[in-house]
Amino acid sequence: MILILQPLQYAFMVRGLLASVMVGMLCAVMGTYVVLRGMAFLGDAMAHAILPGVAIAFLLHGNLLVGAIIAAVIIALSIGLFSKGGVVKEDTAIGILFAAALSLGVALISSIQTYAVDLSHILFGNVLGVSESDLWLTAGLGLLVLVSVALLYKQFLVISFDPILAATLRLPGELLRNLMLVLLALTVVVSLQTVGVGLAAAMLVTPAATAYLLTRRLWPMMLVSASIGAFSSLVGLYLSYYLNIVSGSAIVLVATVIFLVVFLFQPRRGFLRKKR
Amino acid sequence: MDTLLESPARLDVDNITVAYNDAPVLREITFQVPHGARVAVVGPNGAGKSTLFKALVGLLPLRSGKIFIHNLPLGHHLDCVAYIPQREEVDWQFPVTVADVVLMGRFGHQKWLQRPGRTDREVAQKSLEQMGIAEMADRSISDLSGGQQQRVFLARALAQEPHIFLMDEPFTGVDAITQGATLALLDHLRQQRVTVLISTHDLNLAASRFDSVLLLNRRLIAFGEPKSVFTPENLTQAFGSQLLKLTDGMVLVDDCCPPAEEEIQKGKLL
Repeated sequence: MILILQPLQYAFMVRGLLASVMVGMLCAVMGTYVVLRGMAFLGDAMAHAILPGVAIAFLLHGNLLVGAIIAAVIIALSIGLFSKGGVVKEDTAIGILFAAALSLGVALISSIQTYAVDLSHILFGNVLGVSESDLWLTAGLGLLVLVSVALLYKQFLVISFDPILAATLRLPGELLRNLMLVLLALTVVVSLQTVGVGLAAAMLVTPAATAYLLTRRLWPMMLVSASIGAFSSLVGLYLSYYLNIVSGSAIVLVATVIFLVVFLFQPRRGFLRKKR
Repeated sequence: MDTLLESPARLDVDNITVAYNDAPVLREITFQVPHGARVAVVGPNGAGKSTLFKALVGLLPLRSGKIFIHNLPLGHHLDCVAYIPQREEVDWQFPVTVADVVLMGRFGHQKWLQRPGRTDREVAQKSLEQMGIAEMADRSISDLSGGQQQRVFLARALAQEPHIFLMDEPFTGVDAITQGATLALLDHLRQQRVTVLISTHDLNLAASRFDSVLLLNRRLIAFGEPKSVFTPENLTQAFGSQLLKLTDGMVLVDDCCPPAEEEIQKGKLL
């Protein structure tokens, strides 16, 4: 008990815990669509593509999150634009934008004096540096994303499961897909604080992939995924406190262990009971 | 929707050309289907049968020409056309249950942020019962056999309460129960005066169970009663080298295995 309570006497630890649990849940919910729609590469790319926005905000002494949000939304919409009509395949468009944005970001950051420290915070997160205003912004963005996912549950389900039905029902597929990209972008931005650019994709994919193995309907998958995300964040942060390791890595490693256990032992689609 | 049924109800395809990228798959197709008719769409692999259906539901843009349903342009009514895709086009590993899929058929009847209501559930339940899969409602679709999966999609199309029913190869590679259920569904739909278009490779079935046959190979070769469509000349035009002409005038068609048409469609993604 003392082991659990002791770190909580530090305000930064409480803020870090709140932030990582929120991020863990949020990523895990959006992650269900990432896993089901095969957008893992996109999620990873988006995280990297946010870098120039963060760097510019840093250089201008603005809020890093705001810079990240702007960059993410621009990237999300340009991926939609580039791959529209199939002129360039989507993963090619992602690859080009992602590399370009990452290079621009690193170039900008390399002009900063304290280059190495700042870069490592951006790349791997700095959950213990979360300020109160960051916390509010995280909560606000998280709520926005979750409410959108809840309200548009039906539409997102149809465009993900059966785009043909979506078209026959005259759902605005392109608008919904772009909206989903923007929601994903916001999620990635929020996750930068806890796991950073390098590991954001893992928080999107790992809990959702675990939940996929355990459930057979979309909304339970979201709930299970969110629980795994929150749990990994919580345990990961304590591990990081006691073992003195980087928080983002600790969180992702906990999520990965959960995935491996489920992958090996779960009854429905598990490795050890694979039908096909 | 009631007023629609009173207006001259039919499907009008007026000189449409459909293309993936630059290559037209269907050229200058014109035909009319009266309300409640049952049409078999027949042609070799790659003839554009799936393409025609996808154009009819508005999935593919028309290069030229127009499609009218009940004298109104395509897209005017939302829930008027139900399309049952080939089974290979569906992600069967997606985490949804049978009931979830069938309820999706009701989305066209609901407002954007509306949840499925009692009527929706009742219609869905009835559709499930009609296709004989009510006891599987809570099963995951990945656990079903191919025939059962097909019946799930038939039930969903039924729940859409459409005026036009499009089925892509419903008789290919399914078990006898599903074939029987599909044929029974056709009779039910006739009672409901629902127009049905089915693509099939089974020419005997097309000749015996349908009011008319639409013979297709990139363009419309013949459309009318089975007897008037299935002539040696028409079949030669449609199937070409796949035909074997025997001395006593019998014609054999060797045609199965649908993937060829799919490959053409997938070509657009490359």
